[in-house]
Amino acid sequence: MVPITTLHYLVVAAALFVLGVVGVLTRRNVVIVLMSIELILNAVNLNLVAFSRIWGLHGQVFAIFVITDAAAEAAVGLGILIAFFRNKETINVDEIDLMKW
Amino acid sequence: MQPVATTFFFYFLSGLTLVSGILVITRKNPVHSALALILGLLSQAGLYLMLYAPFVAGVQIILYAGGIMVLFLFVIMLVNIERVEKEREFNKQWLVGILAAGALGALFVLIYTRGRELFPNQTNLPLETNNTQQIGVMLYGQYMFPFEIASLLLLVAIIGAVVMAKRRI
Repeated sequence: MVPITTLHYLVVAAALFVLGVVGVLTRRNVVIVLMSIELILNAVNLNLVAFSRIWGLHGQVFAIFVITDAAAEAAVGLGILIAFFRNKETINVDEIDLMKW
Repeated sequence: MQPVATTFFFYFLSGLTLVSGILVITRKNPVHSALALILGLLSQAGLYLMLYAPFVAGVQIILYAGGIMVLFLFVIMLVNIERVEKEREFNKQWLVGILAAGALGALFVLIYTRGRELFPNQTNLPLETNNTQQIGVMLYGQYMFPFEIASLLLLVAIIGAVVMAKRRI
């Protein structure tokens, strides 16, 4: 049985990152695009924590900062989404192409 | 104490994470996506526990699965329209998007196969028994300034979200 090394965790994180990129680039629903961004941030967090097994706790501290950023980003993104939905009655990425209307 | 069945739990949890990630980006109903994302976040907290990061695992469960996802579910219920169920779920550029993501994945595969020896495998750190205490000391000592900036960022995000979501100030 192969022991689980850091590289295993990095491969899982890379796959999760690619899934998030696919979601961001292909979905039409803005809420799901924001969730895919959360997937990307989680992949980065997994990398940071995996490396913190080798180089000390700095990775875990930074993962907490990334979680903070994710919370701020979700709040602002969903606020923009609500403001947009009130004006145009849609949450499709294809129809969000004007900065002012 | 040496953990038991590390291999099984690693493959189980990472498989659960990836399957729920696939569900997130393929489900048509955004509520199903959010529930799949919660499952993925919880299994990822399990991966953090396997990496000896109990504090990050707890923060992941409390903040992500408990806080951010509730925010997402509320917004889904606010903006949910019946029309979404009947429309296409992928946008016009989906083919180009999948190609670009595939190129990124190929890049990852190339890096991780060619540069395998760049990543050290063995853990040369002793297992810390007071992980949370050490993280707290680092947050309030070495990382004092980034910590304050993070609090300022949260304040800006709160004000920005309120300003944008409120009908008239």
